[in-house]
Amino acid sequence: MSVQLAIAVTQLISRRRPTLVSLTGIALGVAFFLAVSSLMRGSERDFIKRLIDNSPHITVSDEYRHAQKQPVRERWPEGAIEVRRVKPLTEVRGIRGHGQKLAFIESLPGLRAAPVLVGSVVLTFAGRIEGVTLNGIIPEKMKGVSTIEEKLIHGSLEALATNPNGIAIGDGLAKKFGLEMGSVVNVSSPAGEVRTLKVTGIFHTGNVNYDDSQTFVLLKRAQGLLDRANRINRLILQLDDPYAARETAAVIERRIGYKSLSWQESAEDLMSVLLVRNLIMYSVVAAILVVASFGIYNTISTIVMEKIQDIAILKSMGFHARDIRRIFLAEGLILGALGSLIGVTLGIGLMWLLAQVEIKPPGATEIVHLPIYWGWEQYLMAAGFALASAAGAAYLPARKAGQVQPVTILRGMA
Amino acid sequence: MNPVLAAERLGRILPGEMPVTLVRDIDLEVERGEFLVIMGPSGSGKSSLLYLLGLLDTPTSGRVLLDGQDTSGYGEDQLANTRLRRLGFVFQFHFLLAEFTVLENVRLPMRRLGALDEETARHRAKDLLDQFGLRDHAHKHPHQLSGGQRQRVAIARALANDPMMILADEPTGNLDSHASANVQEILHNLTRQMGKTVVAVTHDLNFAGAADRRIGIVDGQIDLDWQM
Repeated sequence: MSVQLAIAVTQLISRRRPTLVSLTGIALGVAFFLAVSSLMRGSERDFIKRLIDNSPHITVSDEYRHAQKQPVRERWPEGAIEVRRVKPLTEVRGIRGHGQKLAFIESLPGLRAAPVLVGSVVLTFAGRIEGVTLNGIIPEKMKGVSTIEEKLIHGSLEALATNPNGIAIGDGLAKKFGLEMGSVVNVSSPAGEVRTLKVTGIFHTGNVNYDDSQTFVLLKRAQGLLDRANRINRLILQLDDPYAARETAAVIERRIGYKSLSWQESAEDLMSVLLVRNLIMYSVVAAILVVASFGIYNTISTIVMEKIQDIAILKSMGFHARDIRRIFLAEGLILGALGSLIGVTLGIGLMWLLAQVEIKPPGATEIVHLPIYWGWEQYLMAAGFALASAAGAAYLPARKAGQVQPVTILRGMA
Repeated sequence: MNPVLAAERLGRILPGEMPVTLVRDIDLEVERGEFLVIMGPSGSGKSSLLYLLGLLDTPTSGRVLLDGQDTSGYGEDQLANTRLRRLGFVFQFHFLLAEFTVLENVRLPMRRLGALDEETARHRAKDLLDQFGLRDHAHKHPHQLSGGQRQRVAIARALANDPMMILADEPTGNLDSHASANVQEILHNLTRQMGKTVVAVTHDLNFAGAADRRIGIVDGQIDLDWQM
């Protein structure tokens, strides 16, 4: 141990009470930092998990992000070209060549894809009429990309596969129409097709809008109803790593041209809200540590004042100003490091306690636990902040101690 | 042979609204192995002169030569290094670090210099304490010692890095006559047996009596006629 460190440790030990007080300050600061951070990050992840679970990670739709350019503009991008009376080519809606495109997407690692045909239909039952969204799906593929199967409270997706005239509806719609399992409804499309379908599944997602307006039928049935044989207009993708959605969507869009929307892009506003929320939270908890570091400033300033004779004698003995600075900086860092250590331990305890808390949100039926995030980077951040503010708090008295002129002190003593 | 310590037209003025002259135009030479005592009334500037000679303070005029080397161009670090290696200080108050044991106090300058390994340094510190009859007190804290013992520890600490010169500021000022005599004998022996040079400031006539040479300081200047 260097002589500077030895002096620092000895001085801290000899001043037990202020040392303990400033240690407690830092430890509590770090513990609160961790508790708040784990709670905020936990709820953020909980929120994102719901977002990810309830929506496709990537949706490829039959749209282009940018209007198609005229070939002549592609050839001479800088040319002074005017093309008059352009009318875009009438295009049959839907993803063209979806078989190959699906094959390409499925060749990418770590994802599952399902083709869907989405359209609007009108549901008629016992004199009631309601426009709903019809999703034509392949049940087997849909299971890989959506949690809809888990949300079924009656029936199953397999029932759709075995009964071409089956339809799965949300419980909101079921209640509104007074439908039950096995009820028969009329479905008519803008294309003029009318079919009689039988309710073979009822789901409940908790999202009222979704439960009121979404219906699922077999893809073939949807293609027939909407008069779009062999067509689909969506590809729904689920990734093993949801956070890779942005990059994967870009890869897909570059290759197949159709607009590929990642969940991050479609929830961009929410994501930026979360970012701002995190910034605010970290500013507040960092401020706690800055306040706590005033205890260190106080302790070290007092030691410097009390030990000014020792400083003078050490300097007369041949200690440099920087040796003296190091002694007091070391005291600050020791307090910061010990405080962080105690604080992290305390913080983990607090986080554990918080994780035990059970709450029942108003209107909900299930009891939920507070979402706690256990990520290691929080500990590093808390300890880092604590050390930095401890070093900052120690720096001022340390600099003052380094500037002590032994003669001034010795003259005062004579 | 060069004097081990020389002052040339040394002056020190405390700046301020009303500048105070502490030391004025002092020329002084100290020979190797000499025991020099600086005497004078309170406030005469004798301690200020000692601080200048010991490189603790920087003169506003003139210069100090240590072993023939001009120290006036030295920066703070170089001054500190010179104090660490070549000078030892003893003050009226012992200035031992209260939280450290006697042995640790003596080892402090050695640890800062870092020239000796831990074992050798410990050994040397024990030898020094032994020399001053403090062997049994090595692991005590300063507050467990008498005034005379503390002052002897302070002398042992001043000798830790084997300096060529000891500068003492009223080393017996706080001691009873018995302890004073003891400290005086130790300092005397340093010059005779160990070849150290000792420059001491004192009020103590008995102490001054043991010196090789005495100079008087009045109003910051050497006064040849000054008598106690």
